[in-house]
Amino acid sequence: MLPDAFELVVVTPERQLLRETVVEAQIPGAGGCLGILPGHAPLMTELGIGELTCRSAAGKETVHLAVIGGFAEVLSDRVTILAEIAEPAEEIDVTRAEAAKARAEKRLAAMAPEIDWDRAAVSLQRALIRLQVARKHTVSASNP
Amino acid sequence: MATLLDFRRRIRSVKNTQQITRAMKFVAAARLRRAQERALAARPYALQIARVLRSTMARLENPQHPLLATRPVEKILVVVLTGERGLCGAFNSNILRKAMELFRANKGKKIVGLPVGKKSRDFLKKQGLEFAGEYVNVLARVEYSTAREISKTVTDLYASGEVDAVYAVFSEFKSVIAPNLVVEKLLPVESISEEAAAAGEAQVDYIYEQAEEYLLDRLLPRYVETQVLRAMLESSAAEHAARMTAMESATKNAGEVIEALTLHMNKVRQAAITREIIEIVSGAASTA
Repeated sequence: MLPDAFELVVVTPERQLLRETVVEAQIPGAGGCLGILPGHAPLMTELGIGELTCRSAAGKETVHLAVIGGFAEVLSDRVTILAEIAEPAEEIDVTRAEAAKARAEKRLAAMAPEIDWDRAAVSLQRALIRLQVARKHTVSASNP
Repeated sequence: MATLLDFRRRIRSVKNTQQITRAMKFVAAARLRRAQERALAARPYALQIARVLRSTMARLENPQHPLLATRPVEKILVVVLTGERGLCGAFNSNILRKAMELFRANKGKKIVGLPVGKKSRDFLKKQGLEFAGEYVNVLARVEYSTAREISKTVTDLYASGEVDAVYAVFSEFKSVIAPNLVVEKLLPVESISEEAAAAGEAQVDYIYEQAEEYLLDRLLPRYVETQVLRAMLESSAAEHAARMTAMESATKNAGEVIEALTLHMNKVRQAAITREIIEIVSGAASTA
């Protein structure tokens, strides 16, 4: 029989962010978003830049995290996220992300030959994800 | 014969010292709490990445990677992590002694040093070691980027065949009173493959989103980074713990010295009074 929930562990080199029993999770894999339900086949992937969402077993509450790089290991009853950087929605510094976004956009728009195109693109992506996740938090806070 | 004034001066100076050591103790305690929290918070990641790496390696038939290659050891790199400053008991000298032991055990091989912390740098310099780099003033605020830089130096040297083994010498944070000196072999990554063989992890078929070799290639450097970061965090927590205990006993010592001095001073004072009385009495007696 398939389990009806699994354990989701999110750790970064600095701390453990999450250890919870959840019924569903969406992981930003390097090759695209992955939806994980209990009893998923064992899987190992690199993570991209994206948003991690999970629904806990207890309530209907969902958790949103901005995840940047790392690895994920999926087993039928446990998912381990080894993120390089992971930030819960409420901890994201929106003003800093806005500034980073503006900076990256300016760099990309300038199309100057001396700038590191890839780096600017990545930092833009990071800023966008942070903003996207942060917005979820403010929305859920204003109408619970 | 010391006069009353001399005693007063000495007591005052010891009191000043005691105030300083007490303040240092409180500072160390506050920093320890923070450092300890960080060190503990970093442990789950270190644990998990070791586990994931182990299971990935166990599933690869013949893992090939520059960081896994073992060569006859001719040149070793030693990362020595100490504190930046003294006044922390035997913390630094214990680590350096451990490093010396390692050097002696590897006599005849070429040894390259990579000091982290001022005490370590000064010591290794005096030993006349060649440096692969030096990191000073990084432990007060341990950053992941520093760990990444150090581990990049280390892995690059190893992958290019410049060195054949990498060790880290540091003090692990066990508890406030019991530091635990460790010599850890950072590279080649070998112990984990042995462990995996012993554990015989369940051989389930994995879906690999990326090629196994690619994942291994990404996981291994990360694993080394994590090890370096862990060493740094542990070392900084252990340093604060050592300083706290050292300052605690220094404060206690100062208290004892003050007590002894006060006792002595009172005796001298009383002797002087007694002498004065005798003088007055005998003077009065002679005039009478």
